[in-house]
Amino acid sequence: MEVFLSQLFIGLSVASMLLLVALGLTFTFGQMNVINMAHGEFVMAGAYTTYVLQTSVFGTGAVTLAFGLSLPLAFLVGGVLGLILEFTLIRRLHGRPLDTLLVTWGVSLMLQQLARDIFGAPNVQVKAPSFLEGGITVAGVSMPYTRLFIIGLVVVALLAIWFYLSKLPAGRRMRAVVQNRDLAAASGVRTPHVDRLTFFIGSGLAGVAGVAVTLLGSIGPTLGTNYIIDAFLVVIVGGLGQLRGAIVAAIALGLANAYLEYWTDASLAKAAVFALIVVFLQFRPQGLVVTRRRGLA
Amino acid sequence: MATMAKLFPAGSGRGAFLVRFTLAAAALLLVAPALLNDFRLNLLARYLCLAIIAVGIGLAWGQGGMLVLGQGLFFGLGGYAMGMHMKLEEAAALPSGPQLPDFMTWSGVESLPWLWVPFRSAAFAIAACVLVPMIVAAVLGTLIFRQRVRGAYFAILSQAMAAAFVIVLIGQQGLTGGTNGLTNFRSFFGLQLSNPDDKRLLYLFVAVVFLAVFLIARQLVRSRYGKVLVACRDAEDRVRFLGYDPTRVKVLAYAGAAGMAGLAGALYVPVVGIMSPALLGIVPSIEMVIWVALGGRTVLAWAAAGAIIVGWARTDLSERFPSGWLYAQGALFIIVIAFAPKGLAGVSEELQRRVRSLLSRRRSETPAPERVKVAA
Amino acid sequence: MSAPTAGASPAAGGALLEIRGLKVVFDGFHAVDGVDLTVEQNEVRFLIGPNGAGKTTLVDAITGLVKPAAGSIRFEGGELVKRREHQIVRAGVGRTFQTPTVFEQLTVLENVDVAASFRLGLPQLLRRPRGATPAVTAALEAVGLDALGDAQAGTLSHGQRQWLEVAMVLCQGPRLLLLDEPVAGMTGEERLRTGELITRIAGEGTTVLVIEHDMDFVRRFATRVTVMHEGRILTEGTVSEVQQDETVREVYLGRPRDARGAGAAAEVAS
Ligand SMILES: Nc1ncnc2c1ncn2[C@@H]1O[C@H](COP(=O)(O)OP(=O)(O)OP(=O)(O)O)[C@@H](O)[C@H]1O
Ligand SMILES: [Mg+2]
Repeated sequence: MEVFLSQLFIGLSVASMLLLVALGLTFTFGQMNVINMAHGEFVMAGAYTTYVLQTSVFGTGAVTLAFGLSLPLAFLVGGVLGLILEFTLIRRLHGRPLDTLLVTWGVSLMLQQLARDIFGAPNVQVKAPSFLEGGITVAGVSMPYTRLFIIGLVVVALLAIWFYLSKLPAGRRMRAVVQNRDLAAASGVRTPHVDRLTFFIGSGLAGVAGVAVTLLGSIGPTLGTNYIIDAFLVVIVGGLGQLRGAIVAAIALGLANAYLEYWTDASLAKAAVFALIVVFLQFRPQGLVVTRRRGLA
Repeated sequence: MATMAKLFPAGSGRGAFLVRFTLAAAALLLVAPALLNDFRLNLLARYLCLAIIAVGIGLAWGQGGMLVLGQGLFFGLGGYAMGMHMKLEEAAALPSGPQLPDFMTWSGVESLPWLWVPFRSAAFAIAACVLVPMIVAAVLGTLIFRQRVRGAYFAILSQAMAAAFVIVLIGQQGLTGGTNGLTNFRSFFGLQLSNPDDKRLLYLFVAVVFLAVFLIARQLVRSRYGKVLVACRDAEDRVRFLGYDPTRVKVLAYAGAAGMAGLAGALYVPVVGIMSPALLGIVPSIEMVIWVALGGRTVLAWAAAGAIIVGWARTDLSERFPSGWLYAQGALFIIVIAFAPKGLAGVSEELQRRVRSLLSRRRSETPAPERVKVAA
Repeated sequence: MSAPTAGASPAAGGALLEIRGLKVVFDGFHAVDGVDLTVEQNEVRFLIGPNGAGKTTLVDAITGLVKPAAGSIRFEGGELVKRREHQIVRAGVGRTFQTPTVFEQLTVLENVDVAASFRLGLPQLLRRPRGATPAVTAALEAVGLDALGDAQAGTLSHGQRQWLEVAMVLCQGPRLLLLDEPVAGMTGEERLRTGELITRIAGEGTTVLVIEHDMDFVRRFATRVTVMHEGRILTEGTVSEVQQDETVREVYLGRPRDARGAGAAAEVAS
């Protein structure tokens, strides 16, 4: 029972991190059909933002302040990087999703090297603020505050997105574009604007995920690659552009990983999760949540 | 002038191909061994292994539209199959002891794992190099394509496969040699890998295999099947209504590409002397695609050339400018894919076209000055 | 051209195509709502009806593109529902699409050759095509594209693509041919040629089901006409029977905003 509960917690905490990275992808992939391989590097940029704030700007004396400020700032850094990418490259590749994938991979290589040149190749450590040190033990399961914080962060991010999509006019335009781009354009929605905003928000969320990553261990130039594939798998399993699907998929993948890891070992668990995904696609090839389109698509 | 124009034939007729192929074969089999020193020739052998992978990617991606981002999986399957056999051969030659591969002794394995046992047989190992990747690709491909999972989805899944494979390789230390992989090879079917003459022979063998693989792939592309494959790439759903099952069409190309990658892995092991997870993960796998993109995804010969060019550039540049090379590689991705999607093949086509039109214009312009005079 | 198999007898006594109680539902919307349709051997059957009547959806269901919610589709006595698209084609049912789709990167000849090769085994498929086979040449001549064999299909005009699609399906020798608005966007002369081609195909033993709006065309070339409206069969009969039918007039005249429907209605009424 204790094992069950502790793996449950581990699974949920893995899921929360995955979801945080995948949220932005759900937007950009779902709305614009853009596979942004540099998304992982936006996460990395967010992590280094925290690092810079802590070491160079505020010094180690004001860790909590630096951490608090890094959340909005990392959102901005990620978002601006996303905007630049959208403006310079992605827009030119409209209608060529596979080429976009490869081009953004090239961008991700360059960003990694840039980080290496600026911050050095070895990993660096970011100090967690003092209020996140330690943890609580419930029913024999010890839960570090950092992990709980990340779960909380995801919940807040989801609430914010929900509010944006359902209450704000900009969010409603975005939903319209996701559902039917042509129809939205025909009814006066300026889709390029919406795309840009979507990319900003999606990439900004990656930056926020980067702040969370600093709580889990040291950070390095290649940390993005550790997350990007799993995050894309979440999007595939969840269904294109489906927030609900992504949530369920992230939790399912996180839990599957945690329990399989306990029964076998970490390396076989990864392969088993992949096998499970292929089996899952036999039943739901378009993911958990499907929107229909007509014709010979 | 007319003869000059003939040097750049517009069509790709059978005769033109035979000439080109003979020239390439002569360059690889006669000129290169005569001109290059042992070290350079071995490097070329390595690039030819990579070119074999590239030909496979050209088939699956260029013709079939399947963006295979995880060819490292198949390259590795072939490489490990061959490496396991070579390790066992050497262990069997040990005078005493448990006759286990060296890394197993180090990691405390006492008897040969069952997975290794059949690789004692050379025939099994050789067949496995090609067939295991093909079978794995056929099974995964059938499961994925049958459900009409394609495009970016397939690309991501193929990448995830390579990632999972690498994690398993690293995790199963006693079985696979972990992060270090398989190294310290001494012989390959009687060839002593420390002997320069034997290594020259090995080069020739690799070159012949490469030429053979190229011819097979070319035949596939030019056959009726090749046309159906292109049809699947451009309008898969339409192909169904002509009575074909696109799943089978695509699986064949995917498995073919996997078999080629496996074969390349099997040759890479004796040529380079190592097979390890670092050669197979997400990053190396996607690099394989950039070779093909640079050369030209729809032209097999250029895809192979792309692998050789990038391989050469990497060895040369990455030693001199380690950080610059990584930027250059990223930039290469961006520039080629975004602005020259036909790769060098497209550039060369354009050049030939310009040269031809220049030549023909000169010819037709010859009487022009007189007209100018008359007008004046 | 149309294979000699065309004469193969359908299941004893049965019609070539028998549809019973067919329903297709999209998210609660009944696009085809209980259709019964029988097509006899060697007919040229026209299927008409206003926009959105469910004509294309019916053809989609026959060819496996959409899965029916209920009902049965029997072709030569065999059930087509639940079979996959390519199996239905192999059973002898060919179709064209309302918006023609051809393989743009292949030449016209290669397009038809790909279509004609669909029954070849893998060893034959792996061989290189040596020139056009008689079936391919015949199909190209039938649609008048023989001069354009080496052109890239991507360079063809809309009308030429329609012809190419017809050639592709013709060379497969189907026993039932489903054409979705084959003359839309064609000039009068082109229409005439298409109509004559359809008549000839039928004469050679292929049964043809044509979706069409152009009443002139229907009058000239139909043996029987089926009228669909809102997912159901409204009526069926010879051209003149259908033209006299009151409900048919109402259906067309009842939707004045529907340009094509109104045009057809005017013709029906004339
Ligand atoms: N995949 C789909 N999803 C949702 N609705 C669909 C789908 N396919 C068709 N429909 C709807 O079903 C109805 C019938 O469409 P269908 O294309 O069969 O009409 P049609 O008779 O061929 O019309 P037209 O003359 O315009 O070609 C239409 O209202 C259409 O909007
Ligand atoms: Mg229609």
